[in-house]
Amino acid sequence: MTTQYVAAIDQGTTSSRCIIFDYDGRIVSVGQREHRQIFPQPGWVEHDASEIWDNVQLVVEEALDQGSITRDQLAAVGITNQRETTLVWDRETGEPVHNAIVWQDTRTNELIHELAGTAGQERFRERCGLPLATYFSGPKLRWLLEEVPGLRERAERGEVLFGTMDTWLIWKLTGRHVTDVTNASRTMLMNLRTLDWDSSILEDMGIPADVLPEIASSAEVYGEATGFLAGVPVASALGDQHAALVGQTCFDPGEVKGTYGTGTFLVLNTGTTPVMSSNGLLTTLGYKIGDQPAVYALEGSIAVTGSLVQWIRDNLGLISSAPEIETLARTVEDNGGCYIVPAFSGLFAPHWRSDARGVMTGLTGYVTKGHIARAVLEATAWQTREVVDAMRQDSGDDLATLKVDGGMTADNLLMQILADVLDIGVVRPMVAETTCLGAAYAAGLAVGFWPDLETLRAKWHKAAEWSPAMDPQIRSREYHNWQKAVQRTLGWIERDTA
Amino acid sequence: MPGRIQSIERAAAILRLMAGGARGLSLAEISRSLDLPKGTTLGILRTLQHVGFVEQDEATGQYQLGGGVLRLGTRYLDGNELRTRALNWADSLAARSGESVRIGTLHEERVLVVHHVFRPDDSRQTLEVGTLLPLHASALGKTLMAFDPLALAEESEFERPELPGYTERTITSRTALTAELESVRANGWAAELEELVEGEVAIAAPIRDRRGTAVGAIGLSGAVERLCDDRGLRMDQVSYVRDAARSISRELGAHPW
Ligand SMILES: Nc1ncnc2c1ncn2[C@@H]1O[C@H](COP(=O)(O)OP(=O)(O)OP(=O)(O)O)[C@@H](O)[C@H]1O
Repeated sequence: MTTQYVAAIDQGTTSSRCIIFDYDGRIVSVGQREHRQIFPQPGWVEHDASEIWDNVQLVVEEALDQGSITRDQLAAVGITNQRETTLVWDRETGEPVHNAIVWQDTRTNELIHELAGTAGQERFRERCGLPLATYFSGPKLRWLLEEVPGLRERAERGEVLFGTMDTWLIWKLTGRHVTDVTNASRTMLMNLRTLDWDSSILEDMGIPADVLPEIASSAEVYGEATGFLAGVPVASALGDQHAALVGQTCFDPGEVKGTYGTGTFLVLNTGTTPVMSSNGLLTTLGYKIGDQPAVYALEGSIAVTGSLVQWIRDNLGLISSAPEIETLARTVEDNGGCYIVPAFSGLFAPHWRSDARGVMTGLTGYVTKGHIARAVLEATAWQTREVVDAMRQDSGDDLATLKVDGGMTADNLLMQILADVLDIGVVRPMVAETTCLGAAYAAGLAVGFWPDLETLRAKWHKAAEWSPAMDPQIRSREYHNWQKAVQRTLGWIERDTA
Repeated sequence: MPGRIQSIERAAAILRLMAGGARGLSLAEISRSLDLPKGTTLGILRTLQHVGFVEQDEATGQYQLGGGVLRLGTRYLDGNELRTRALNWADSLAARSGESVRIGTLHEERVLVVHHVFRPDDSRQTLEVGTLLPLHASALGKTLMAFDPLALAEESEFERPELPGYTERTITSRTALTAELESVRANGWAAELEELVEGEVAIAAPIRDRRGTAVGAIGLSGAVERLCDDRGLRMDQVSYVRDAARSISRELGAHPW
C-alpha cells in the first residue's frame, strides 16, 4: 500500500496555505498563496471569496505536486480558518452576494451599540460566551441582510446561505452546508450549552434560521470532496486558534497555548463545562471530536504584539527586519526604565478600555534605541502576564507551562523574557505550524488515520524550552512599573467617537 | 598626507578588471591589460586569492572574483534573522532525523550557534544558543571554513602549524585540515566523527544566500551508535541535512541547484 497522508488547508487572513503531514505529524510539503485585502472605506476590510476558493485549489495542488503525492494518498483533508469572517452566497449559483467581511472590519460598530441598547455589551454573553463586539459574525451577517439590496427577502425565501470560511470551503468541496462548533461559537449565535443556534439571539439580531449551516463537531467526515480532490474525505473544521490548541495537544484542562504573531492569542482548555469569565476573557469552544463531549476554553487575545515590532521597523525605522529587534535589544542589559504599552486601538483583555491609547513612558536622557527594543519585547511579555493572571483567576488552574507557537517564537530573547515575567516554563513544540497540524490531527482522528488523542500527544516534542531566571524582587518591581504604565494609557480618548 | 600605496592601487585595478569581465581572465591577459610584469601580477593575485577576493579556476587556471568580494557588499546576515527564516526547516530536520539540530555562523574564528532545536525524545536538554564551537573540530565549522569566503580570510590570520585537539580524532595538522576541507568542498557537506566529543558525531551543510554565498551552516549531531552503521556514516541522515540546507537557502533566495 502506498503511504498515506493528511492535508490541512489553512484559510488565513492574508493567505491560504496547504500543508501535508505524514503519520508522524511531520511536514511533507507546503503550498501558499496570498489574496487581496480589499479596503472599500476606512475601517472596512473585505476578501473576495471566489479568489480565496481559487487559491485554495492552487495551494492544495502545489502541496501535492511538491510532495509528489497523489490525491488517493490523502486519508483526509482538514480545514482551519480565519475566524468570524462572514460570507453569504447564492444557494443555486454558488456566487457570493457580497465580498466576505473580514473579522477586523469595524463597520458594525454602530449596529453593536444599537444591539447593546440598554442591556449593554454583555447582553448575550451568558448564552454565547461573547460580549457584543465588531469581530463576531452575527452582527456582520445582520449588516449584510440590511445593506445588500433585496438580501433579507432572498434570505427569507431560503435562496442564500451564510457561512464562515470553513463553511464556504466545505460547501465548495462537498456541497454540504455545515460548520463546526468552534467556528459557530464565534458567531454569537450559538448557545454554548446546547451547541445549537440560539433562537432568542437569532430573533434579537433579526437573523432567519434558514440561512444558517448545520452545526457539527470539529472532527467528523462532513462528506467526500468532488472535483479536484474527488473522493477525499473532508473531515475537520476548526477556527485557527482552536486548531492551534489541538495542534499543541492541549487536551487536558489547565493546558494553555499562546500563538505569537501579529497579535497574540492565548487559549486555555477548561474541560467539558464552560467557564464564565469575570476578568474580561472570552468563553469559547476548544474543540469537539466526533461524538465525544465538547471541550470548552477561555480565550484572551492581545491586539498588538508582533505588529509593535513591525511598527518599530516601518514607522520608526529603528530596525530593517523584525528579527533585528532581538539583535538591538541584546545591545543592552535591561529596559533602562522605559516601558511601551501599545494600546494602539484601546486595551483589550483583560482591561477592555477603548479610551486607552499607547504610551512610551519612563523616558530619560539615558534611554537608547536598545532600551526601546527591549521595552517592545517586554510589552508582549507583560500583556501575556495580564491575560495569564486573568485565566488563573477565572479557572482556578495554576497553569504550569505555556506552550507557544507563531512567528515571534523565533525570538529567543522574547521567549526568555516571557518565562521570566510569567515565572513558568515556556516551551516551543517541534512543529511550529500548530494551526495546520491541529486541523490535520482532527481530520486524521475522524477517519481513523490516528487512533486517539494519546497517540497525538505522544507526537508532541519539545523543540526548545525556556525557564524563569528572574529575581522575584525584580519581577514584582517591573510588573508594578508596567501596571503604572498601563494606568497612563487610560482615558486618553476623552469622548468615545464611536 | 601619507603617500599612496602602489600595490593597493594595482590590486584595485585588478579587481575592477575582473568585475568588468563576464568570464575568468588568465594571468597573461591581466598583466597585459594593466601593463604589469607577470611576476608582480601573480604576487598580487595570490594575495587576493588568499584573502578570498579572487578565485582561480582549477581546470583553466583563469582568475575571477571570489566570494569574499561579494560578501563585502552585502549586509551581514543577522543571526536572529537567519534563525527566524530557518525555524521551520530546522524543526523538520530534527523531526526527520531524530537528532538535535544547530545552525552556526562565523564569529571571530569560531562557530557561533544561532539556533538549536532539541532532539525529539523529550529528554532534558538545555538551549545552547550563543555558545561557540571550534572551527576545525566541528562539522558546522568545517562547513563554514570550506564554503564561507570570510572564513578563509579570518582563518589565515592565525596560521599556527598545529591546531588544538579535543579528542584523539581531532584534526590537528594543517595539511590534513586542508585536505579535509578539499573533500568537504567536493562533497558539499562536512562530517565530524568524534573529533570534538568522544562518542558524538555531527553532519553539516552550507546555507547560501541569494548570491550563492555561504552565510551559515546547518547540521545535526548525536551519538555515534545512532548516526553510524557498519558502513560508516548513515547517508540518509546526510541527505536530510543537505535537504534542510537547500530549503533554507531557497528561503533566503538562493537558486536551486
Ligand atoms: N524574530 C522576531 N522577533 C520579534 N518579532 C518577530 C520576529 N519574527 C517575526 N516577528 C513578528 O511576528 C509577526 C509574524 O508572525 P506570523 O507569521 O506568525 O504572523 P501571523 O499573525 O500568523 O501572520 P499571518 O496571518 O499573515 O500568517 C510579525 O508581526 C513580526 O513582526
